[in-house]
Amino acid sequence: MTYKIRGLSIYSLAKTFLLLFALFPIIAFAEGGEKKFDAGKMIVEHVSDAHSWHIAGNYTIHLPVIIYSTDKGFFLFSSARFEDGVIYNGFKLNGQKIIAVHPDGSVNNEETAKIWDISLTKNAISILLAGILMALVFTAAAKGYAKRPNQAPKGIQSAIEPVILFIRDDVAIPSIGKKKYEKYMPYLLTLFFFIIFLNLLGLIPIFPGGANVTGNIGVTTTLACFTFIITMFSSNKSYWAHTLWMPGIHPVIKLLILTPIEILGIILKPFTLLIRIFANILAGHIVALSFFSLIFIFGTLWGKAVGYSVSVFSVAFAGGMLLLDILVALIQAYVFTLLSALYFGTVTAEEEHH
Amino acid sequence: MDLILPSFGLIFWMTLAFAIVFLLLRKMAWKPILKSLTDRENYIKDALNSAEKAKEEMEKLQAGNEKILLEARNERDNLLKEARETKDSIIAEAKVKAQKEAAKIIESARETLQSEKTAALNDLKNQVAMLSIEIAEKIIKAELSTDEKQKTLVKNLLAEVNLN
Repeated sequence: MTYKIRGLSIYSLAKTFLLLFALFPIIAFAEGGEKKFDAGKMIVEHVSDAHSWHIAGNYTIHLPVIIYSTDKGFFLFSSARFEDGVIYNGFKLNGQKIIAVHPDGSVNNEETAKIWDISLTKNAISILLAGILMALVFTAAAKGYAKRPNQAPKGIQSAIEPVILFIRDDVAIPSIGKKKYEKYMPYLLTLFFFIIFLNLLGLIPIFPGGANVTGNIGVTTTLACFTFIITMFSSNKSYWAHTLWMPGIHPVIKLLILTPIEILGIILKPFTLLIRIFANILAGHIVALSFFSLIFIFGTLWGKAVGYSVSVFSVAFAGGMLLLDILVALIQAYVFTLLSALYFGTVTAEEEHH
Repeated sequence: MDLILPSFGLIFWMTLAFAIVFLLLRKMAWKPILKSLTDRENYIKDALNSAEKAKEEMEKLQAGNEKILLEARNERDNLLKEARETKDSIIAEAKVKAQKEAAKIIESARETLQSEKTAALNDLKNQVAMLSIEIAEKIIKAELSTDEKQKTLVKNLLAEVNLN
């Protein structure tokens, strides 16, 4: 069991990915035909959320659309109904956004504002998949601990234990302190592993991976909001006293400059959290995709032969980017978790400074 | 614009998924795992401590053993020494006693000898006296056995007597 886990080293993963990447241009050329290639459009499509999931060639999974309209109630149907711009039940797909239309086909803005779209999109499916994977992996690990108490970790435990210990000993305890860290451990672990799972799933180029989930601002906003809400609920009196009403400073300076800055800071902290991971992961996806686009750009400019020869370099660069992205995936998960822990630590600190 | 505008649907699913995973794993995974990790750490710490203690005790025991051994050896030496001393004194005493006894025996032997000698001498004297008397008697008898002899003797005696 340990061997299997060790066999799944980053190196062998990367090799697998590179192989898949090498196959990718050939498949892409085969299916691409002679259509004019628009790199920007392709990249944006790949990093955006979608109501359908393109697998390979002509195979596309049409994901379910779930919408609630305050006027018309719940709707659940396949996104295949929207194919080729067809209007269904008075709804239409505009890009990836569902809008309401009048019977004559014009946009009904009033109706559109009332739509709550909770469709199981590509990203939503990836999130659920990551959640299910996490549940399976960690309950299995927990079983191992229950079965063999006080013994060395084995199998899946050996893979996750160093990470859990790292989060506990190098993230939670130094940031929050030995007295209070335990309360936050479940959140920090869930956060860290959720981001890691989503990031790594996003780096697998084939179905069901490859969705740009943590590079989606909605997802990072949600995560940052969790951290923000927990921060606010754990904050103690001393934190607020020191943040809003710093002792020992002239009240005018305080009220005019420092207090507004601090209030801004409280909101900016989660905002930087959500932007940082969003931008890093999105950029990773965009750069990797850009290298692939080069193949097609050269291919359409000077013919397939040039495209193929460029693909050697593109794949090499994209492979390098992928390795870098694996690093980024880990670092961003770490940074998000560490900063969350630091915020918790700041608002729960006992009055000792000053 | 889609890229930088959060969509409601994803926020909804993310919140739901995260909340469910969080609540599920908190109960099913994180708390048990963290607990067993701390338990194991304590267990290892305890095991190391008790091993250290056992080692110390062992050392103490060994030192005690050595002490006991040393004591036993000293005891043995003492016993041997005492025994030797006792033996020597017994021998010396015996020698002294024997000498005394010997001297006494010699003394008494000498005294006995002396008395025996004296007795023997006395006896001898008596015997000699008796013999002398007997001899004198016999001589006298022989001298005076015949009248002639009696007459000679008287004559001789008379010859010696100075008749002045």
